[in-house]
Amino acid sequence: MSQRTALYEQHIQAGAKMVDFAGWDMPIHYGSQIEEHHQVRKDAGMFDVSHMVILDLEGPQARDFLRKLLANDVARLKDAGKALYSCMLTPEGGVIDDLIVYFLSDTQYRIVVNAGTREKDIAWMQEQIQSFDAQLTERSDLSMIAVQGPNAREKMASLLPDTEAKEALELGVFFGQQIGSLFIARTGYTGEDGFEIMVSNDEAAQLWQWLVDAGVAPTGLGARDTLRLEAGMNLYGTDMEENISPLEAGLNWTIAWEPEDRDFIGRGPLEAQRGREDLHRFVGLVLEGRGVLRGHQKVILPDGSEGEITSGSFSPTLNQAIAMARVPASIADRVEVEIRGKHLPARRVKMPFVRNGKSLID
Amino acid sequence: MSNIPTDLRYTNSHEWVRDNGDGTVTVGITDHAQEQLGDLVFVETPEIGNTVEAGDACAVVESVKAASDIYAPLSGEIIETNAALTDEPELVNSDAFGEGWIYQIRMEDEDALTQLLDAEAYEAVAAEE
Repeated sequence: MSQRTALYEQHIQAGAKMVDFAGWDMPIHYGSQIEEHHQVRKDAGMFDVSHMVILDLEGPQARDFLRKLLANDVARLKDAGKALYSCMLTPEGGVIDDLIVYFLSDTQYRIVVNAGTREKDIAWMQEQIQSFDAQLTERSDLSMIAVQGPNAREKMASLLPDTEAKEALELGVFFGQQIGSLFIARTGYTGEDGFEIMVSNDEAAQLWQWLVDAGVAPTGLGARDTLRLEAGMNLYGTDMEENISPLEAGLNWTIAWEPEDRDFIGRGPLEAQRGREDLHRFVGLVLEGRGVLRGHQKVILPDGSEGEITSGSFSPTLNQAIAMARVPASIADRVEVEIRGKHLPARRVKMPFVRNGKSLID
Repeated sequence: MSNIPTDLRYTNSHEWVRDNGDGTVTVGITDHAQEQLGDLVFVETPEIGNTVEAGDACAVVESVKAASDIYAPLSGEIIETNAALTDEPELVNSDAFGEGWIYQIRMEDEDALTQLLDAEAYEAVAAEE
């Protein structure tokens, strides 16, 4: 039996098609995945992401612990509320998970990790935290609603008392803060502006309903996937995983090499790979003709070498197929993708494909 | 429950078959099938002139999420495909039994039609899912 979020009844009432996702019964769409996708790009949509795992970290050595645990460096966070995206690596330099950490104070952080990796993440973190004076607490009492789109912040703020609305609208990009009974963060996974809101399980259904009344459309995990793909954001388990180096998953930018003496887990193997010319590249592809790019399709380079699509789909915004792919370093601007035995032309593009509602490809 | 016209024949794999009365049939996927697949974004039709055996995967419909094979309900030659689906694959969603038809076959053996499911039998198949 799958687990249900505090918003399960809201999904059923809204006519959701429910599917199993990492052991949770989640809405894939509420009628049309493509319409929901456009709604987020043009106005405002919301996702129940309560299956994701919220962890609070507290203690005098919380910061030291995270500087060991994460490939990105929380010492970069100077302002209270600022968030950081990071990978958590194995000692061999593979990606255990990607996560967001919010800096609340020198002794307090809030971390959000993926639902599909919940058990291994918590086990790994608990093992590593043993030698630090800090404690990790799972916040399963909280639900999470992502409100995304050009009008998302205004619509959410319209539900708050004046002083709280002002605080919410003044949040900087990639900042989160407790505002009244809600933790509101200006983060997301769609390439649009918006909030991710943590709310007590008891109040989640009420907030969801108020958002519906404010004109925010329930949006399923199906649209969440096409939105994040257009936004060039990796998905754990398909674009990156434990036996893949972050340097071969387009995540170089998330690794804090400086200061050189910060000994984060996985650093040694990454240092050995760093600067190597033969590493695979992580690139964006656009299919020239008709068809749909999918994960695991073969990418054929002009020199005959082969790579693989890690995630692909039809892009509702661009009205053509797009993909992320891991390919040999000899990658050229023109490649072919094998779809059901046929070799179809595709071209390499810079990611993201779409940002703030607009196409970024030529 | 989705719509299941009584003048058509069906397969267990959710194709519908319309007898055109001239030795040819028109094939598509059922309303139930399109509902399960979600928004379609690409239809790969078979090549005209190809000969297919009953049960052959001969066309593909792709939704945002996944690709699904469409099987030949009976043996014969592909004589026509729905060119409108190239630009408007969503016709399969909006009108599965009409404008969303996928291809036509000239039947090798017209008796094969009688072996397909009728509406009542198909309703039972769809209800099981």
